[in-house]
Amino acid sequence: MYWSSFSEFLAMGNHGVYVWGSVIVMAIAMVVEPLLLIRGQKSLVARLKRQLRAESREKIVDQGAGRSTPFQG
Amino acid sequence: MDKRVINWFKFASPQAFYPLAGRMIPWFWALAAVFGVAGLYIGFLVAPTDAQQGEGYRIIFLHVPASWLSMFIYLVMAFWAGLGLAFNFRLSAMMATALAPTGALFAFLSLWTGALWGKPMWGTWWVWDARLTSELILLFLYVGFIALQSAIDDPRRADRAGAILALVGVVNVPIIYFSVKWWNTLHQGSSVSLTRSPSMATTMLWGMLLCAMACWMYAIAVALMRVRTIILERERHTDWARAELSSGE
Repeated sequence: MYWSSFSEFLAMGNHGVYVWGSVIVMAIAMVVEPLLLIRGQKSLVARLKRQLRAESREKIVDQGAGRSTPFQG
Repeated sequence: MDKRVINWFKFASPQAFYPLAGRMIPWFWALAAVFGVAGLYIGFLVAPTDAQQGEGYRIIFLHVPASWLSMFIYLVMAFWAGLGLAFNFRLSAMMATALAPTGALFAFLSLWTGALWGKPMWGTWWVWDARLTSELILLFLYVGFIALQSAIDDPRRADRAGAILALVGVVNVPIIYFSVKWWNTLHQGSSVSLTRSPSMATTMLWGMLLCAMACWMYAIAVALMRVRTIILERERHTDWARAELSSGE
């Protein structure tokens, strides 16, 4: 271990602002990007599932009404 | 024909790649975490101070990996885009699209950490130096690629237009890399090179290489996550995508 105290580690020899400013921004970026991707994937899956359900309902309605042509998705 | 060759090509179809990517993502996250913890431990807790730069030099453990990745991702993106353009492979064009935002992020982080390093070391956040300017152009190339693709509605046309932009922009990558040799720049020369032994202490070198590996694994994990979303969006009308959706995932 290079540091003798935690405050010395935080101070980074008077370069603390620059060092931690780099670390924090990079850490935020590398946490936010995957979170956005997880959210995007989930909302896409939910949207497509809704569309699939809506399509199958329409098919049933079409058949119920006795139409000869199937629903053209 | 060799069986293994056939197996590899099987994964070139979006249908086969979608579940494969889903299974690979956790492994790349695990590797990114292991390399990241090891690299940051060495870089921030073990490595000694730099005689000239003081403790501020520790920014390079973030700056150098971010800069390498910003250039490397661009080359990989252009490679996939070119492959998609030449052979009309759907999956490779999707890979290029998936890589662009992560590449842009690393280009931004390279500039951000560079500015925070430059202020205490050079006394300025920014100079219009060849290295810095060409890295800024790299960020603009990524942004241009993303903007161009999102401006075109037809995905296959967007793939082709983006591929041409990506391939033309490749010329910028060697300019960034060799700028410190070709011009008399304020930015220091590379500390690690393929042709000579590195000009830095072994501990620092290991910290930097481990951080670079962590960023690399992160970039792969994130690109695979994004390409899955792109695959599902584009293939939503196919039978396999419908089956995938109704099977619960």
